[in-house]
Amino acid sequence: MSTLDIRGLQVSVETENGPIEILKGVDLTIKSGETHAIMGPNGSGKSTLAYSIAGHPKYKITGGVVTLDGEDILEMSVDQRAKAGLFLAMQYPVEVPGVSVSNFLRTAVTALRGEAPKLRTWVGEVKGAMEALSMDPSFAQRNVNEGFSGGEKKRHEIMQLELLKPKIAILDETDSGLDVDALRIVSEGVNRAKKDNNLGVLLITHYTRILRYIEPDFVHVFANGRIVEEGGPELAEKLEATGYAEYVTN
Amino acid sequence: MSVLTTNYLVPTGREEAWRFTPLKRLAGLHDGTAVVGQRKSLAPSHDFGPGVRFSHVGRELLAPLSQSDDVIVQRVRENALEVAHLEILPNSEIAEPLMFTRVQSGLDSAEFSRVRITLGAHSKATVIFENTGDSILAEDIEFDLAPGSHLTFVTLQEWESKTVFAASHRAFVDRDATFKSICVTVGGSLVRILPTVEFKGAGASVELLGVYFATAGQYFEHRMHVDHLVPNAKSRVNYKGALAGEKAHTVWIGDVFIRAAAEGTDTYELNRNLLLSDGARADSVPNLEIETGEIVGAGHASTTGRFDDEQLFYLMSRGIELDDARRLVVRGFFNEIVMEINDEKIQERIMNRIDGELAKVGS
Ligand SMILES: Nc1ncnc2c1ncn2[C@@H]1O[C@H](COP(=O)(O)OP(=O)(O)O)[C@@H](O)[C@H]1O
Ligand SMILES: [Mg+2]
Repeated sequence: MSTLDIRGLQVSVETENGPIEILKGVDLTIKSGETHAIMGPNGSGKSTLAYSIAGHPKYKITGGVVTLDGEDILEMSVDQRAKAGLFLAMQYPVEVPGVSVSNFLRTAVTALRGEAPKLRTWVGEVKGAMEALSMDPSFAQRNVNEGFSGGEKKRHEIMQLELLKPKIAILDETDSGLDVDALRIVSEGVNRAKKDNNLGVLLITHYTRILRYIEPDFVHVFANGRIVEEGGPELAEKLEATGYAEYVTN
Repeated sequence: MSVLTTNYLVPTGREEAWRFTPLKRLAGLHDGTAVVGQRKSLAPSHDFGPGVRFSHVGRELLAPLSQSDDVIVQRVRENALEVAHLEILPNSEIAEPLMFTRVQSGLDSAEFSRVRITLGAHSKATVIFENTGDSILAEDIEFDLAPGSHLTFVTLQEWESKTVFAASHRAFVDRDATFKSICVTVGGSLVRILPTVEFKGAGASVELLGVYFATAGQYFEHRMHVDHLVPNAKSRVNYKGALAGEKAHTVWIGDVFIRAAAEGTDTYELNRNLLLSDGARADSVPNLEIETGEIVGAGHASTTGRFDDEQLFYLMSRGIELDDARRLVVRGFFNEIVMEINDEKIQERIMNRIDGELAKVGS
């Protein structure tokens, strides 16, 4: 049983005109097995929240605390946060030229488990994860995210989610750019990870579409750098009908 | 044809060809003050089968294929009494790479080494030179590719830290022949290599590939010269380098000429540098001169950048530690070229050496 606890999180980024505050005090608690949807308009700070928790160097924490099972993760390096059990499926996964998917996955799993996996069982695990996400076996030999279509990038993120078995996963707009079939395949992957590993999920999305496949226990509306309303799945239905207009103040 | 030069003009450093090179560190190879040793360090690493001949022949029997205006080449030709001659006989396809090592020569005197590699018509071979230890070496290799022949030449500069190595690698590539060179420079104090191509027949094709990694105090210069004199020839240049540490200095020059007669030329040259610390300097100068518009394509690109924070973040967000992430990124950067060496043991050795160079940097 794990708990990710976010308290009063304030984050700014450096710009040419000095720092600007993007997150203005975010409070959120996610436990194993729970699925929280964060919904909000573009530019409201959803990715900033995801990156800040994962430790991206661009974002400066100016206030608040984030703990995973009581441990202060803001003090940890990016790799330590992953080792503590956090995972971020990125909105824009990064290309790493010359590094094959298979080499990347082996290096990552070795780092997370503290020892190299047994070759034969590992090859089987990767093959199984790829099949489950309808990915061609040749994928393993391609360079990480290089020349991947939008859908392939997202499948690759969810494949990592299934193989690396984190405790809490943040999925940043995993649904954007996916057609209906890909959305279903990717969602099934997330649901498997929830079921198999009792994963806690923070599902960031702009649209309600993915919530038909991955059912949220809680819905949080995010606007202007903070959570402005919270509720159950019915809140998503309401947003579907009314949009974000009432939350956006200028 | 260039004019015959008999008087050696000692470079002053103001000449275009010498403007980057720290002449003081050339151990006298350029100005005649080097002590001339009579070693012949180049030796086959194994027996060569049928279709291949290797011998040392008197220089009077094997005149240079062209004049050189490089003063070090001129001194090699003056001082080397013999030429190491590797011949691939016509129509011979040699499956296994022909490996040569340079036996450790030491730093007491300089070696001036002339080499000729001849490919008979429609022959095919891979030749690998392994350079290790410490030496003061001036090398003049001429490649003579007959029509329809194919040569892959790999030269590995895995020198120790005191080596001074100045080399001219000049390929004459006749009709429908292909020449591919892979140049790896990961060791030495001063390394200066001049890969040069003269096309002799239409339809010929060359690929000049290279990787280099310079750390504190090392000077590595790679200066290409590709002369498209004939129609329908193709050239590709791709050199990738990494630098780290105080006064690590690399120079890459890519001179490509498309002469008026060279219609249908297809050329592209690329140099990428990865600056891994402050205090290092990468000079990168592509230069394309075009005398005819009737070409298939001509282009060049040159980039110098630092570690991409987004790549490191992505890898680390999967649990990979910073040092391992940097290692992956650097290996990945060099991968496309190192993988062209058709020998897994050598690939792994070079990658390990690159890891070692990177480890010197710290983080
Ligand atoms: N480097 C930056 N410089 C200036 N503004 C930035 C920078 N990074 C993010 N922002 C701003 O922060 C806000 C939140 O961005 P983001 O977290 O990506 O939003 P979302 O994911 O909700 O669309 C946006 O208004 C964006 O323009
Ligand atoms: Mg976003």
